[in-house]
Amino acid sequence: MRDLLSANALTVGYRKDRPIVSDLTLTLVPGEIVTLIGPNGAGKSTILKSLAAQLQPLAGTILIDGKPEAQMREIELAKRLSLFLTGRIHTELMTCEDVASTGRYPYTGRLGILTAEDRRIVNEAMQMTHVEELRDVPFTQISDGQRQRVMLARAVAQEPDILVLDEPTSYLDIRHKLELLALVKKLARERNVAVLMSLHELDLAERISDRILCIHNGKAECIGTPEEIFRDEVIASLYGIESGSFHALYGTAELERPMGDPEVFVIGGGGTGIPVYRRLQRQGRAFAAGVLHRHDLDYPCARALAAEVITAQDFEPVGEAECQTALQILRTCREVICTVSRFGTMNALNQRLLQEAEKLHLLISN
Amino acid sequence: MNRNRMLRCTAGFILLCIVILLLLGCSLLSGSTVMSAGEALDVLLGKRQDPTAESILLRIRMPRMTAALLLGGALSVSGFLLQCFFGNPIAGPFVLGISSGAKLMVALLMVGTLQYGIVLHSAWMIAASLLGSLVATGWILAVSGKVRQMSLLIVAGVMTGYICSAVTELVVAFADDANIVNLHNWSQGSFSGTDWADVRIMAVVVLVVLALVFLLSKPMGAYQLGESYAENMGVNVRQFRIVLILLSSILSACVTAFAGPISFVGVAVPHLMKRLFGTAKPIIMIPACFLGGGAFCLLCDLLARLLFAPTELSISTVTAVFGAPVVIVMMLRRKGVGDHA
Repeated sequence: MRDLLSANALTVGYRKDRPIVSDLTLTLVPGEIVTLIGPNGAGKSTILKSLAAQLQPLAGTILIDGKPEAQMREIELAKRLSLFLTGRIHTELMTCEDVASTGRYPYTGRLGILTAEDRRIVNEAMQMTHVEELRDVPFTQISDGQRQRVMLARAVAQEPDILVLDEPTSYLDIRHKLELLALVKKLARERNVAVLMSLHELDLAERISDRILCIHNGKAECIGTPEEIFRDEVIASLYGIESGSFHALYGTAELERPMGDPEVFVIGGGGTGIPVYRRLQRQGRAFAAGVLHRHDLDYPCARALAAEVITAQDFEPVGEAECQTALQILRTCREVICTVSRFGTMNALNQRLLQEAEKLHLLISN
Repeated sequence: MNRNRMLRCTAGFILLCIVILLLLGCSLLSGSTVMSAGEALDVLLGKRQDPTAESILLRIRMPRMTAALLLGGALSVSGFLLQCFFGNPIAGPFVLGISSGAKLMVALLMVGTLQYGIVLHSAWMIAASLLGSLVATGWILAVSGKVRQMSLLIVAGVMTGYICSAVTELVVAFADDANIVNLHNWSQGSFSGTDWADVRIMAVVVLVVLALVFLLSKPMGAYQLGESYAENMGVNVRQFRIVLILLSSILSACVTAFAGPISFVGVAVPHLMKRLFGTAKPIIMIPACFLGGGAFCLLCDLLARLLFAPTELSISTVTAVFGAPVVIVMMLRRKGVGDHA
């Protein structure tokens, strides 16, 4: 497939002697979604600005469909590349349709008067982003989620080959984040638009992107498919996560583990322990969890938060050795919490933990 | 644009035209010599030989009315351009001190040349005024680079205006000459004493610039969404900003050169027009501001002449009475929506 956008050895920044990101090489093919991730201040926005020709690159070249971007006329570029920015815009007496219509700017004549065809395209774009019922509503009177969708309609109406979005999910609640990204995905799949965006939400980035570009320490640290990038150690080093952890597979972040000897023992399993682990973390109480299988839903969270996790072999019943270790730790604890209501073949021995806790009067209700 | 908005715009333009025609009629007939419409028509059509009346109508009132119409329109369009440029509805040539800068430069030129008995062509006045405008604009731009808060920009502009006015007063006070009386009147702002030669020049300047401004309405519309989006839509923002500020300066300089500084028209009229038309689209607002500014200044000039006749008020006295409250209301309303400022 042809490269719609390609950046070669690109160095970006605001001052020649202080480049923010250097030596970036990136290509984008039609219908592909590439997401930039990286810590705050890494230069994601600067890269997007430079690729959208809003900021002159300090070095390197940007080609749009094989043509140097620097040599393209403004209008020509506007027909190829559309931009979607984080900041709120301030409008005066503009309806949502007016805002969406501004996307037709590169196509209208000297006075910017919309033709019937322009209006049809704007209408279609508004339908696609589900804002057609807001047509005559003033832009200042709609919610943040609706605004982002109107701005996306604007970008769609521009009929670009490349869509650049700078943190499109800011200000949005989770439902609207998902809605917006679903629209972006639809745009890429149905209209074959190449999408380049920056996201803060790693879980969302993992799910929506075809490729991920990590920006860190002034360079593109790695680029690859989400499966290649979303490994715990990559994310932890990328964000320099020291207090807390990130579970790449689930895309969940956990806060810092409470330190010290465990004072609470949690008998969990099957996901029932997670709320308790998190509550203990909030209270700053060190705890032990067990006996858990490594493939248990509880395990990633327990591993991230518990002072100690007693684990059993996957697909095997909890064995005698693990049970003894758990009992030893349990006896040093001041409280025991049991979150499971029934024991089966695989965790039968965990019942002994419960009995021991009852005997020692350590059991407290969950 | 849907049908309702089309209808509203058409109605707005018709209303403005009717108001202007009425005001033109009133201006023509009223004054120290009151005439009936029939009399005036007879004189103008040459049915009645009355050199005094003819002279009053043709040499005094008509050029003055035309000047008020053209310059009022120019001033309000200039204000609209500045508001677009700064993204601030309270910006205007007078509020930002640009008119006062122009006034100072013209006063310096006049005092400098009058001493040697030279009477300057009005093109020179426009040039001096433009120079003053540009210097003041440059200063305001430098300030706007420093302050992000729009109200501070306005304060800086008003202060600049005071400084320029003070220096102008000083210059006028020291240049003791019979002609200075004229200069003093002019520096207060007035349409009186305009002749056809002046009108011809201002018509050429104003109408040509207006046409250019109208051609700028498309990028202005894009610019209303902010610099980044305008750039993404294909506007050459650097070039656009220079052209915009230049055209705005020429318009306000032309007004100052002929009628002195006139306050608040540039802020109040665009605001009133936005309310009347229910839109801020430049393609509608530019002609609307021109007509509205013309009507506003015709009305104010009429009042300036008539209220305390035979004493004539300065035009700014009247425009301030009508314009300043509008500005205050706007400032209060902006405060209400603080985070949108």
